[in-house]
Amino acid sequence: MDELMKVIHDYVVKEYLEEGDDRVITEMTPLITGGIVDSFSMVSLKRFLERKYSIRIPDEDATPDEFDSVQRIAALVRRFQQSQQVGA
Amino acid sequence: MAFNDNVRNTFETELEAIRAAGLFKQERYLHSPQFSEIEVEFPAGATVRRCINVCANNYLGLSSHPDVIAAAHAGLDSRGYGMSSVRFICGTQDIHRQLETRLTDFLGTEDTLLFPSCMDANGGFFEACLKEQDVMIADRLVHASIVDGMRLCKAMQDTYKHSDMNHLEEKLIEHQDKRVRMIITDGVFSMDGDFAKLSEIVALAEKYDAMVFVDDSHATGFIGRTGRGTHEHCGVLGKIDVITTTLGKALGGASGGCVSGRKELVEMCRQRARPYLFSNAVAPVIVAGALKVLDLISTSTDRRDKLEWNAKYWRGLLKDAGFDLKEGESPIVPVMLYDAKLAQDFATDLFNEGVYAVGFFFPVVAKGQARIRTQLSAAHEKHHLDAALEAFKKVGGKHGILGLGKKELIARAGA
Repeated sequence: MDELMKVIHDYVVKEYLEEGDDRVITEMTPLITGGIVDSFSMVSLKRFLERKYSIRIPDEDATPDEFDSVQRIAALVRRFQQSQQVGA
Repeated sequence: MAFNDNVRNTFETELEAIRAAGLFKQERYLHSPQFSEIEVEFPAGATVRRCINVCANNYLGLSSHPDVIAAAHAGLDSRGYGMSSVRFICGTQDIHRQLETRLTDFLGTEDTLLFPSCMDANGGFFEACLKEQDVMIADRLVHASIVDGMRLCKAMQDTYKHSDMNHLEEKLIEHQDKRVRMIITDGVFSMDGDFAKLSEIVALAEKYDAMVFVDDSHATGFIGRTGRGTHEHCGVLGKIDVITTTLGKALGGASGGCVSGRKELVEMCRQRARPYLFSNAVAPVIVAGALKVLDLISTSTDRRDKLEWNAKYWRGLLKDAGFDLKEGESPIVPVMLYDAKLAQDFATDLFNEGVYAVGFFFPVVAKGQARIRTQLSAAHEKHHLDAALEAFKKVGGKHGILGLGKKELIARAGA
């Protein structure tokens, strides 16, 4: 797990796992389809990423599919880091 | 676009996917009034059978109470059948305002506005009252109608882990820069039957300058010493800024809901809440029935006392029989099975034994948290609960789950 994935992983564990929930989250663990994060509570994760990495993820790109694992989220962040740097 | 074969196939495929996922819902036809015993036709065309009902929101047993029916008849005769209007055109009768005043008194708030349902109250409130510079911070297990209402509102959305006060405090600190912070919770959570920690929530709201919104649909009329709701139970009467609740459960069970709370917020709903502005007034017959319900529950606590006794008795019976329950004090008693298929099979078997209960599973509850949700009523007599227990024991024995704890049940589901 690289640094970006580790930051996302740690946020997911802190933000979404209840106290006493000992499920192990890997970079591939399904977050949305696995019932760990739902579309209602996903908003705080999107906002965290936008603040932390100074990017803007449009709502149409913040789909449950793109947010379904730490690995996919990291790929999404990288994509917007690159495109928004280029745009700037 | 014509509804051609391609379009039809699109929807048929989607419906088939719902069936394949085991999520296809079917109605069961009741041939009797709502009560502790009901006549049920299921599946469609099957012989009607008599069942003990442990899945209605008829908490106080007033859905078919003779006094309520008589009052509804009188309302029908004196005020007519329908209003053919929204409230602000020509749909407000004297009895609508009477009911709003009575609800205000009962809930201990400043003002009340009726909505066609509590779903509509929750759907309309946030957009009417909050703006882009505000934040809504909701418990993650709030009712779906609150989620929908929040999505219609431009204020920032956030959530906190279910009943986790440390997490809520973190969120309140994070959002100190907002104009308004609103903490949003159910009073009694419909799937788990647990109470919101309202006294702690109110303390945090005072500390961090936030408002508190409570949907008390599963509490109004019976939770608290005199049935005012979760705010009475938690000792915070008068400290909740907004209460939404329903006439569709304990308060007669017909339909209708309300926003009750700070008078300025209620007035904002009267001016701007779209389900109030663009939907018909609650029918006079329902208003008249609800007024009688408030008469009944304001003069005696017998019904809520009996409900409390029934819930305690039922919980004890199930526990002694070896079922795994969600702990709590409300008349919502979830029997935990964890496995979706088992929950469905269990409900079917109960029905065959003459008990009507429903299995709940993902996405209605979290994955791996499937259950049979039982709900008590003041209409239940001890013999109903004793008979229902025998059915539960028989079905539990058939599936080999009596005496199993959470870990064993989960291990069994995975086997």
